[in-house]
Amino acid sequence: MHELGVVFHVIKTVEEVAGENNITEIKSVTLEIGEVSTVIEDYLRKCWRWSVEKKSKLLKDTELIVEIIPAVTFCEDCKKTYGTIEHGRICPYCGSPNTYLIAGKEFNIKEIEAR
Amino acid sequence: MKAFRTLEIKQSVFADNDKRADELRVKLKENKVFLLNLMSSPGSGKTTTLTRTIEKLKDELRIGVMEADIDSDVDAKTIAALGVKTIQLHTGGMCHLDADMTFQGLEGLGIKDMDLAILENVGNLVCPAEFDTGAVKNAMILSVPEGEDKPLKYPLMFSVCDVVLINKIDVLPYFDFDMEACRQYILKRNPKAVIIPICARTGEGIEEWCNWLRQEVKAWQA
Repeated sequence: MHELGVVFHVIKTVEEVAGENNITEIKSVTLEIGEVSTVIEDYLRKCWRWSVEKKSKLLKDTELIVEIIPAVTFCEDCKKTYGTIEHGRICPYCGSPNTYLIAGKEFNIKEIEAR
Repeated sequence: MKAFRTLEIKQSVFADNDKRADELRVKLKENKVFLLNLMSSPGSGKTTTLTRTIEKLKDELRIGVMEADIDSDVDAKTIAALGVKTIQLHTGGMCHLDADMTFQGLEGLGIKDMDLAILENVGNLVCPAEFDTGAVKNAMILSVPEGEDKPLKYPLMFSVCDVVLINKIDVLPYFDFDMEACRQYILKRNPKAVIIPICARTGEGIEEWCNWLRQEVKAWQA
């Protein structure tokens, strides 16, 4: 939903890191995106393309790599974990609604390849 | 030429914004300004609720309002007519406000000589919930015609809110809105949420809402 906003954050952060490390060329930027983070990869790539061409000399030719983190939910009652996308909020093992997400909401800048 | 090397960054994209939001709260505390972030869908009655709230509180609290919209200044004009300090923030197409934009808005409003600053966020139940604006408390308005299932569809919004106002209760007889189910859905996502049914048009429930605000402002300034 807010791909453009997060792309601006990524560009700003990567440019800061580049400045601190005397980097002049960045081959790739790797992001980790949770399956249920509300960020859609396709939109993210389009926003990235538009933003780097408009706003960032340093990142204009950089490859964007996206790693998806699967969404996992934990059941407080039977202490099992299960895939959030397949089963949602209700535990498929014991039927309990007392569950919470333990992974899948991430939006991290993992690493950059640079010189 | 030097070879490429991998630099680990391991930073959450939201971490930068969270840091700015914390800095803003420190500044608010120093200046004894309580910042409320008000969120909702478009058309849920944010501006009307704000109008009633300002009418009730403007003689006892110094109020400033930031109106965030993608474009236009219709809401800012309505609020300015009440005689409180108002500033219009344009997000320029972005679907939410972040801590930086809120910071700039507060500077424009003048952070001194204010007890209560209210940020009327962009009408949207998804993106504003993801970004900490630096507000002391978050409030959201859910209106009866939207249906009681919204806490199930937009769980994050309901889990970040300290108070949920259920607006337009005057039209309850005409809608299949199950108030009790709605309460349960909200409390399931956020057991600490304060839920206040209101009708901004008739003024019902506004006193209870204003009392909540009075107490929160007082506690923050103490």
